[in-house]
Amino acid sequence: MTSGPPALQAIGLSKRFGQVQALDDVNLEIQAGEVHALVGENGAGKSTLINLLVGTLQPDAGRLLVGGREMRFRNAREAAAAGIAAVFQELSVVGSLSVAENIFANRQPVNRLNFIRQGELTRRAEELLRTFNIAIAPHTPVEQLSVAERQVVEILKCLAAHPCVLLLDEPTSSLTQREKEMLFALIRRLREQKHGLIYISHHLPEVIELADRVTVLRDGKRVATRLRREITEPELVRLMVGRELQDIYGQRQTVDRTGPPRLKVEGLCRPGRFADVAFAVWPGEIVGLAGLVGAGRTEVGRALFGADPASSGRIVLDGRPALPRSPGEATKAGLAYVTEDRKTQGLFLRHSIRDNLVAPRLERFAARLGFMRDARIDQYAGACRQRSNIVAPDVHQLVCRLSGGNQQKVLIAAWVGLEPRLLIADEPTRGVDVGARLEIYGQLRELAARGTAVLLISSDLQEILGLSDRILVMRAGRIVGRFDCEEATEERIIAAALDSTH
Amino acid sequence: MKTASARLFARLRRVGELRILLVVVVFWLVMWLYNPAFISAPTINTVLLYLFGYAIMACGMTILLVSGGFDLSVGSVSALAAIVAAVLMKDSGAPWPLAVLAGLGIGAAAGLLNGLIVAKLDINPFITTLGTMLLARGLTYIVSGGRGRSGFDEHFCWLGQGLVGTVQWPAWLGGAKWSGVQMPIVVSLALVCGADLLLRKSRFFRQNYYLGGNEQAAWLSGIEVNRIKLFNYALSGTLAALAGLLFSARLDSAIPNAGDGDELKVITAVIVGGASLNGGKGTVLGSFLGCLLLATIRPAISFLGIGDHWEKAVVGLILLVAVLLDRIGRKP
Repeated sequence: MTSGPPALQAIGLSKRFGQVQALDDVNLEIQAGEVHALVGENGAGKSTLINLLVGTLQPDAGRLLVGGREMRFRNAREAAAAGIAAVFQELSVVGSLSVAENIFANRQPVNRLNFIRQGELTRRAEELLRTFNIAIAPHTPVEQLSVAERQVVEILKCLAAHPCVLLLDEPTSSLTQREKEMLFALIRRLREQKHGLIYISHHLPEVIELADRVTVLRDGKRVATRLRREITEPELVRLMVGRELQDIYGQRQTVDRTGPPRLKVEGLCRPGRFADVAFAVWPGEIVGLAGLVGAGRTEVGRALFGADPASSGRIVLDGRPALPRSPGEATKAGLAYVTEDRKTQGLFLRHSIRDNLVAPRLERFAARLGFMRDARIDQYAGACRQRSNIVAPDVHQLVCRLSGGNQQKVLIAAWVGLEPRLLIADEPTRGVDVGARLEIYGQLRELAARGTAVLLISSDLQEILGLSDRILVMRAGRIVGRFDCEEATEERIIAAALDSTH
Repeated sequence: MKTASARLFARLRRVGELRILLVVVVFWLVMWLYNPAFISAPTINTVLLYLFGYAIMACGMTILLVSGGFDLSVGSVSALAAIVAAVLMKDSGAPWPLAVLAGLGIGAAAGLLNGLIVAKLDINPFITTLGTMLLARGLTYIVSGGRGRSGFDEHFCWLGQGLVGTVQWPAWLGGAKWSGVQMPIVVSLALVCGADLLLRKSRFFRQNYYLGGNEQAAWLSGIEVNRIKLFNYALSGTLAALAGLLFSARLDSAIPNAGDGDELKVITAVIVGGASLNGGKGTVLGSFLGCLLLATIRPAISFLGIGDHWEKAVVGLILLVAVLLDRIGRKP
């Protein structure tokens, strides 16, 4: 590691919100040319720490040193001006503008009349793109780029301000494997260029792969800072949750497949998306649907739920044909669908936990004439919150104020509460920490034990292997592999998903 | 060779106004095929005279929409500015330049009020400008006593009626006389060109795209968000006032219910021209082409002999089709 003052140093940072000590005397130091990962469960104080570093919150106590000089940020803009740039999950690029204009937002080269020098702008963007080996034309409008490419533009935009510390918050949560590689290459190149990088991720294998050092937070305190070569994934998990985790996926129950299946799908087609999909799920069974992003898994899930109905094929639910034409019909038939994108498709972010919990089942709480029975809703919502262990002062808390893990718990609780006959869970633990994962897995298991059939769509192979009784693998819109849990291995699933005959 | 044509095609696709330009050209072409007299100096002159006020207001509206703003008050503000200037000239005997300045000042003040409420108090622009729209319209009636004014100073009227660029061709070129173009047309075209250039090239105006794309990110990039909002609303108000003044000068008359509903026509034209209520996109040229398309509908309808009752329905259809096309275009 380099000598000289660290790029960013936090000494004894503390922050209290009302009764809660969100951050307690935390030290953190980021060297130039280091990738420093920050891990911890939701509620461990990560987001508070980040907000203090980038100036959106101010500490109650503690000091912040940038390149050895003490700084106090009143807002995020002052932090950015001091060289601390943050790439957040929500992208800030403007779709209608070109890549070059997005990268140099408000820093475009201008002539004496304050007009933008287009040639110079393009040239500088090209230079930057070339430095990082990125094959995007500078004049492409950003709306034509993929999510990963937008993320790269976002990072380059931060870099154009010549920051000394770059903070990446869950940058891979919506990326495919190949896109991740592209991003990691960029991060490694930034490290070579002596940038200090703070990397926040729930995905521990990524952390181990990428980081030079890892700092673990728990309950607002720093538990440990370790060099990468001194730490393993199980140890990280132990540090994060403060106890040993034997098997976070819980115990499998034996499934009785002698009776009729809960769900039977035959020859399901949707041109351009998937074709000839056939499988069955028995009551109490968890069936995993694996495959690469874009293989058609979500599309099958949405077709079963009637969101994008299939054009042909048969869906039989408990012996009766059911081809839902809309989510409303599907819900009536006893289907539930936990969407992969909780923020835009799953939750009503600006409504309370209570409102979200009852959203899929309003009619069950309606009295005659359609008036809502508030007392019953309160009772139900309170019970749900306790059962799902949603961390919030009360059920009237707005969902947008909750951490990602708790939001996901609300989403799943809302659908689990329907006691559906079949639950389709699409990426139920995306962007969620170990503790919340544990609870979500517990809920899925419990639901299955009560006789619900579960179809689990996930990109997390460990999750698929750990939870599923049987595993289906999709590739290019078709089911190309079927495994029992005993015979399934990570290698076999990947081989099927990638078509290893190539 | 194929790559070159592909590159040309990609380049053309990046020209945001291409779609509206094509629509305008096809529309004119069809009309010309139907009756070649449609494309003639008198028709074009009529159309430009009809749309100059909308074009001027569209400049401010485009910038506002790009920045994620919105202004319903332009129609009322244009009437208020014209009435205030008229009352000053006719009732108080003020000299016309002073009256014009006062009118423009009223427009700027109304815009600043909008901007202050939207930027500093963080009130939704739709509600804010709905309020100032009613307020300005009310003031127009209060100030005027509900009566119109006419018979203005001839210099003032020249602003609306004067001809620019009158040319007497020499005898060897035929000796014909080119009557020139009315002042408001010149002013509106100059403003459209200037505003388009600025919004395309100048760093200051370019900030609006970032602001409309993502306000928080724009602020973090060092853009003075509130200052730009104030400027945009003040500009929109001032341009509305200018449109109102030119209109009253052209007709030599100012009436309290002038410009009623103009705000919706302007917004329609701007959206047809490619801007979005979500902000972040749109150009002044596109908006002008939108104005042009909508202004051509009236003469086209009379050429086709369909009957004037059809105009509004056609405008509505065009708006819906434009938004639909935009939606299809965004989903490759």
